[in-house]
Amino acid sequence: MSSVAANRADPETRVGATLVQAASSLTADTVLPPAEASATFVPAPKPQLKRRAGFSATLSHIRYVLSENPVTGFAFALFLLILLAALFGPALVPYDPLASDTAAALKPPSAKHWFGTDQLGRDIFSRVVVATRLDFGIAVASVALVFVMGGLAGVAAGFFGGWTDRIVGRLADTIMAFPLFVLAMGIVAALGNTVQNIVLATAIVNFPLYARVARAEANVRREAGFVEAARLSGNGEFRIVAFQVLPNVFPILVVQMSLTMGYAILNAAGLSFIGLGVRPPTAEWGIMVAEGAAFIVSGEWWIALFPGVALMVAVFCFNLLGDGVRDIVDPRRRT
Amino acid sequence: MTALLDVGELSKRFPAGKPAGMVTRLRRRFSGGPERLPMVYAVDDVSFTINKGETVGLVGESGCGKSTLVRVVTRLLDPTDGIIKLGARELSHTPARRFAKDQDRKRVQMVFQDAGDSINPRFTAFAAIADPLRRLRKLTGADLRHKIEEAAIRCGLPLELLTRFPHQLSGGQRARVGIARAVAVEPDLLVLDEPTAALDVSVQVVILQLLQRLKSELSMSYLFVSHDLSVVRLLCDRVLVMYLGKIVETGPAKDVFDHPLHPYTQALVAAVPSVNEHGVERLRLTGEPRSPIDPDPDVCRFYGRCPRGGDRCKTEMPLLRSFAGEREVACHFAGVPPQ
Amino acid sequence: MTAVPALSVEHLTVEFRTRSGIVQALDNVSFAVGKGETLALVGESGSGKSVTAYAIMGILDPAGRVTRGKATLGALDLLAATPDELAKVRGREIAMIFQNPRTALNPIRPVGRQIADVLLRHADVTRDDAPARAVELLRAVGITDPSRRAKAYPFEMSGGMCQRVMIAIALAAKPSLLIADEPTTGLDVTTQAVIMDLIGELAAEIGMATIFITHDLALAAQRAGRIAVMHAGHVVEFAPTRELFTHPRHPYTAELIAATPDTAASLAQLASIPGSLPDLRRADLPPCRYSERCPRKRPVCDQPLPVAAADNPHPVACWNPL
Repeated sequence: MSSVAANRADPETRVGATLVQAASSLTADTVLPPAEASATFVPAPKPQLKRRAGFSATLSHIRYVLSENPVTGFAFALFLLILLAALFGPALVPYDPLASDTAAALKPPSAKHWFGTDQLGRDIFSRVVVATRLDFGIAVASVALVFVMGGLAGVAAGFFGGWTDRIVGRLADTIMAFPLFVLAMGIVAALGNTVQNIVLATAIVNFPLYARVARAEANVRREAGFVEAARLSGNGEFRIVAFQVLPNVFPILVVQMSLTMGYAILNAAGLSFIGLGVRPPTAEWGIMVAEGAAFIVSGEWWIALFPGVALMVAVFCFNLLGDGVRDIVDPRRRT
Repeated sequence: MTALLDVGELSKRFPAGKPAGMVTRLRRRFSGGPERLPMVYAVDDVSFTINKGETVGLVGESGCGKSTLVRVVTRLLDPTDGIIKLGARELSHTPARRFAKDQDRKRVQMVFQDAGDSINPRFTAFAAIADPLRRLRKLTGADLRHKIEEAAIRCGLPLELLTRFPHQLSGGQRARVGIARAVAVEPDLLVLDEPTAALDVSVQVVILQLLQRLKSELSMSYLFVSHDLSVVRLLCDRVLVMYLGKIVETGPAKDVFDHPLHPYTQALVAAVPSVNEHGVERLRLTGEPRSPIDPDPDVCRFYGRCPRGGDRCKTEMPLLRSFAGEREVACHFAGVPPQ
Repeated sequence: MTAVPALSVEHLTVEFRTRSGIVQALDNVSFAVGKGETLALVGESGSGKSVTAYAIMGILDPAGRVTRGKATLGALDLLAATPDELAKVRGREIAMIFQNPRTALNPIRPVGRQIADVLLRHADVTRDDAPARAVELLRAVGITDPSRRAKAYPFEMSGGMCQRVMIAIALAAKPSLLIADEPTTGLDVTTQAVIMDLIGELAAEIGMATIFITHDLALAAQRAGRIAVMHAGHVVEFAPTRELFTHPRHPYTAELIAATPDTAASLAQLASIPGSLPDLRRADLPPCRYSERCPRKRPVCDQPLPVAAADNPHPVACWNPL
């Protein structure tokens, strides 16, 4: 018998009495210290962040992400500004966006009219701010709709396969066969120039992208151990899709969603620009740019510029937001 | 010893290769008569029992069918043939799809090999352990919390770790969460699929000793799947050796490893590296395993790779025969000394 | 040792710069491998054994830096070599095989071509001869029907076969040193035995030295002539295999042996190792990184570790060895 075995048999020569202690503590009904080698080179939780459960932990994590990445912080601040403008703007603007005053028409920016006035004497500043609600609303509604439609369809297709997958796939293929803006134009032209139809058209046009991304992610998760574990835990297939798979697909779609918001606004603006979107005299950035375009040549640059800049800032903000939101939502990034 | 699990003539076959496209299937149907698809015989006519309070080991190389067998027994997959009896209840009558809602779902649970993969990355340890308790034991609120903490303490998981996500836990801690989740519902049968394969040797010791303790504390029986024979020898009362879908040897763990009777088991035991045998000559298997697709039912699955094969081996499939000491071996040469 | 070693590593110190601090991954690692010898680097995860291999080969993560030390291969210090000098030597004089063979091979190139690539680059074989030589090498590593398999892609082969291909690639230019980083983790025990036999036979044939990196003490015991035990970036003990198991001198070695299932007669006899690895980012790491979990700690253990004499056949980094 090797001397190692001989050593082990004799508790006196075993390395340290603590071995005996360790063995007996395992049979005691106490909380065991994590007595294992835990280190690899994965950074352990930052010592200064204390563990707090639930909401306060989420808040402190958000603060951490924002402090790490100032660009994200900036994008968030801008987003908040846009949101506030959408919620409270119409109540706070100095002038009625629809009130025309031909005597004050085509005035350049001044102390009285910060962004100047348009050809009907309407205050452009008021109109730009009020339009925020409409455009923001269109963006949020489109994104919500396509997330539900495309995201759920894609997850179902990726997880269940078979006929679900085939149907969703063919649907996506059909939509992608059309140039997307032309399809949006077609839908709005066929169904009528309303905000709801703009939202619907934007959602339809983005459906294939969401369905594809969601499908790919669900397909990967389908084989994962935690899905089998969920079945063992008594979860039926639909519960698994809803509570196990969807939360994992969500962060990836969230990045997509913020990009889609920018696209949705541009889409609405584009449709309005060619007369297929919102109708005058509604204040909407796209229409305002369209109406203002005619006046650039004659020198009244402010009519098209300010709504154009508003469009640009909004889209810019949503794009920057994408990564930041993903960092917050994805638990793997949490330290 | 009362039997807890009784598996009889269990088989699981899968169609081999890619599923045929629509055109091929239509063509098949209209060309008169169904063509038989080639099938992989992942599990072929397997029978065994697990008695109350026993730990039965299941060993075999990759591709032998132990993962499939385990998934059929835990009702994640449906068997193609055969019976699975848990106590008095015949489990195979309920299809796998609906078994999640079955009242006996809580009686058979599993601990997975890769704890990190088997816990939803978006669930905290608390949520992971809560899930089966909510679904299978219908616990809520304070009762639920109490049960989760009890399971965590029992498995040596410090309570402050319950709010962490899997990627914030070490390998050993994740393994404990996986175990806590499985034992929280107090199953009768716990299947462990290589639970310590990904762990350091010092962590493995702690986890194995934990499993041993839990078994008696909660009166469970274990089916322990592992490729690590040294661990199986220490933890298991009996062992089943599988090869290409069939059980080739069974018996008390120590006896099977100290005196293997089937040539495959002998090669397996000979291949295990040991601290005490530096530079000893070993029995080696040559060649690739036979194909599991539509195997010839009269040819021993080990024929061609077996160091002892004879003519009888390719005309008559050896069946499990009993030997002294509660052992069974499926080999024509078992008990016959080599020439 | 009296003969010139194939590889001599001295005072190797490596650190990694991460967002949460500087990780002192390796500290003063020294060992040597003789010509034709087999050495095992044994340790648990976080011990630094793979980092050692990567540092020697010059393939450390960009966040890693060698701050001190030499790795002398023949006349060349690998750690101070220029990229050109390294390129000449890697693949030709020193080769490495990795843990997951399927991911270490190029998935979109047939295996025969991958072997031929190495032959062309390092083995002075002409373009016309390379394919045939590749097939020969496949046969030498025990792949049946090698001329057909040479056209196969890694995904068409089993794990064991992929590992054989990797061995063929590594040995194509007949290097004087092979570093094998956990080459059989994930393979069946029967396949593991065959692969380890293969490496041993080929090494003996061409007089190649081998460094095995593994967490499996029993495997190291079976295959290596000498074993270096690593803990938290230190080599804690370095001894001929037989002697390591009959007379382990470092407390960690003894604990590691006591935790290996193979050596225990029953589950109760297995002993886990108390404590846990120290955080290698700490600025106040003690000189002996095992001291905080060691049951044999004495006040002298706060001093810098003793330096072993160069001709000591069984050096141990401990003030209070067994």
